[in-house]
Amino acid sequence: MSASEPLVKISNLAIDGIADETRTRIINDVSLELNRGEVMGLIGESGAGKSTLGLAAMGFTRDGCEIVGGNIRFDGIDLVAATAETRRQLLGKRIAYVAQSAAASFNPAHKIINQHAEAPMFHGVSNRGEAEADAMDLYQRLRLPNPQEIGFRYPHQVSGGQLQRAMTAMAMSCRPDLIIFDEPTTALDVTTQIEVLVAIREIVEQFQTAAIYITHDLAVVAQMADRVKVLLRGDEVEEADTRTMLDAPREDYTRSLWAVRSFQRPQKPMASKDAVPVISLRNVTAAYGNGDPVVRDVSFDIHEGRTVAVVGESGSGKSTTARCITGLLPPKTGEIAFANKVLPADYRKRSVNQLRQVQMIYQMADTALNPRKRIGEIIGRPVEFYLGLKGAEKRRRVEELLELIEMDPKEYINRLPSELSGGQKQRIGIARALAAEPKFIICDEVTSALDQLVAEGILKLLTRLQEEMKLSYMLITHDLSTVRAIADEVVVMKDGLIVESGPKDEMFTPPHHDYTDLLLSSVPEMNPDWLDELLAQRGVENLGDAAVSKM
Amino acid sequence: MNNVALIISKRLGLGVLTMFMVSIIIFLAVNMLPGDFAQALLGQSATPEAVEAIRRDLGLSKPIHTRYFDWLVGALQFDFGTSFAKANFSSYAGTSSTANFGTVADQIAPRFANTLFLAAVTACIAVPLSLLIGVLAALYRYSIFDRIANVSTLTSISSPEFFVAYVLILVLAVLNPVFPSLSNIHDGMDFAQKLQKTMLPALTLTLVVTAHMMRMTRAAIINLLASPYIEMARLKGLSPFRIILFHALPNALAPIINVIALNLAYLITGVVVVEVVFVYPGVGQLFVDSVKIRDIPVVQACCLVFAAAYISLNLLADVMSILSNPRLRLPK
Repeated sequence: MSASEPLVKISNLAIDGIADETRTRIINDVSLELNRGEVMGLIGESGAGKSTLGLAAMGFTRDGCEIVGGNIRFDGIDLVAATAETRRQLLGKRIAYVAQSAAASFNPAHKIINQHAEAPMFHGVSNRGEAEADAMDLYQRLRLPNPQEIGFRYPHQVSGGQLQRAMTAMAMSCRPDLIIFDEPTTALDVTTQIEVLVAIREIVEQFQTAAIYITHDLAVVAQMADRVKVLLRGDEVEEADTRTMLDAPREDYTRSLWAVRSFQRPQKPMASKDAVPVISLRNVTAAYGNGDPVVRDVSFDIHEGRTVAVVGESGSGKSTTARCITGLLPPKTGEIAFANKVLPADYRKRSVNQLRQVQMIYQMADTALNPRKRIGEIIGRPVEFYLGLKGAEKRRRVEELLELIEMDPKEYINRLPSELSGGQKQRIGIARALAAEPKFIICDEVTSALDQLVAEGILKLLTRLQEEMKLSYMLITHDLSTVRAIADEVVVMKDGLIVESGPKDEMFTPPHHDYTDLLLSSVPEMNPDWLDELLAQRGVENLGDAAVSKM
Repeated sequence: MNNVALIISKRLGLGVLTMFMVSIIIFLAVNMLPGDFAQALLGQSATPEAVEAIRRDLGLSKPIHTRYFDWLVGALQFDFGTSFAKANFSSYAGTSSTANFGTVADQIAPRFANTLFLAAVTACIAVPLSLLIGVLAALYRYSIFDRIANVSTLTSISSPEFFVAYVLILVLAVLNPVFPSLSNIHDGMDFAQKLQKTMLPALTLTLVVTAHMMRMTRAAIINLLASPYIEMARLKGLSPFRIILFHALPNALAPIINVIALNLAYLITGVVVVEVVFVYPGVGQLFVDSVKIRDIPVVQACCLVFAAAYISLNLLADVMSILSNPRLRLPK
């Protein structure tokens, strides 16, 4: 191969998806060039074709996808025309893949190191002993704890962030020329994400591996990629080197992506001391079954018209706190009061009127809406149950609610959830909560499954509704940009305890509690030098889980 | 490991409980059968006094719960009582030479050994065969091979057992005399002879049980092929066969093991027809004969043995499913 030829050259690629006899274009006339040792970021919303394009660079298409035009050359080999056997010899050996969810992509039936050694042994790169020794070396480089021992565990015995690093090590096992990283940190907490980002970047630099880094998170791509390509519904929007792209995007669409993070509503003044809180938690301790408490002695108030964000990593007790408020999980000790009246701990003992006041919006609108009921029925059910409206009155109320969430009743009232987009489904979830005419709504990670532009729309809607109806929100999230956008007060939780709480503006200005500080500093920024600066400032040992375990 | 020990001991406890419930049901059901041994033995012209005398001798006139507990206590010590038929032959025919032949346990034990032998031979053929066909069918899914495998196994399971048996006799005993058509094995035979005599019933049963196991293997594997770890394996450039064998099959074991256990249980409890066709001296025939003459102790004991086989095989399947899953075997 000549030095001037790129490692990967995709030209005018077109890929169709085939479902139920209908074809839809997933990738439309996209070209891509990647040189040795270079990292390209692929960015776009869900459905933009990022993963499909990334996999195509491996000569691989998922079932139901078909390459209908263009060609893909890897190191001079035509991957479209190549036989399955030729492609198999490249995959794993010269081109490797790191998947979004390491927990799902490691085979639960085999030990990690056996899965690591599989590709080098199968491709004849090394024998088992060499592959295992190399695995331990890689685990060490990626700063996994107990590198000599961790590989001999099964995937379920290792945490998500460690597993994601083990998967990166696995991709490195044959020292490939190219690695495709497909949203490798999307499923991780911010503090864990940062460790994985550092690990990936270092290892890619050490071995001069070329990489395609797929993500929807602009701030992440800013740290990882030399060049960025933006995709929108299968079309290329633009491509430029990272700094140019961040500083001077040419296309409107790119600019709109960049602008999302700027939405922010000003913090409202704190409620006066003698105001009666809408919801107050008093020394709540809760556990599942007879296990250890997952929420310990938690107390905070939520006032009328205010948003309290409960922030923390997975397992910190945020959602359990919400379950206590709704009465799904009666607390072991402590009580929950609505407007200074103590609510029965168990939802079954609450009156309809008490139930009506506390509503919930869920993270996954997909699973929270009954797929067999039409929108009118989904929203109509709480209208009838809580307000006793029937017939024409009920329908009128449902139409009002649909208008409230900015969806045309005539168009949507008879649709099924499957006929709506993700953002629209989430709006229906909001309307269903509003149908009860509550004072208080729990928003459980309501935007984390949505693309940034759509998420912004939902946040704006929630803000508007709050102002019109004096609603109080409890916002459960691990995304600090959401907190910055709409919260008034913040409660930071870790291991079931509140580590810090207070008004948002105070929370975002130092000094912080150590853990809050770690959380805040771990949120990637759009500045491409952010990660370098952070590393220089704190050192690798004071990031992520390593830092958490020191606390 | 504590975790697993706990799960397994729970299952064992449930198994014992099930066994106890089953014993009650068996006892009640058998006692509700119409007809009466004494009546059947003495015929229509029997005097009520004679019938009553035999009933008293056999303990049939005691209240039902007393009889149940007598039976249960005996059964726990593998003493299933005395066969009515044998008991009567000895005491009423006036000979005592068969007295040591009279207990139900003595009668069932050799028959049960034969049944186990047939089941074992069948399992040794059928289980590897169905796993192999299942794996290949999953590998070449929707191909001609897959279709032929499906159609032929479904055909053989859909045909009546005796029909399959006669077809095999025709092909393998009459037209091409490879195996004998009569499977009247007895103690004096060596293993090879027994095996040869058992071959035709074993093949018949293989054809009957393969379809279930093969189709479950295929379905369980195909079910997993969309999972991310299978995609990962494909993206490592592994061969399709290796992906199925090393990545899909280990995760598909639980449902497959359960179907195998159900079929093995069937091989022990449901093979009467095949035994009759091949004159194979198994428990099934003994069971049917005993029902015919209302030999209640033998019927009860057979039922209990069948139930025990079912329960213990399912228990074994549960335990193996648990052990095949690292997430249950090893705690976090």
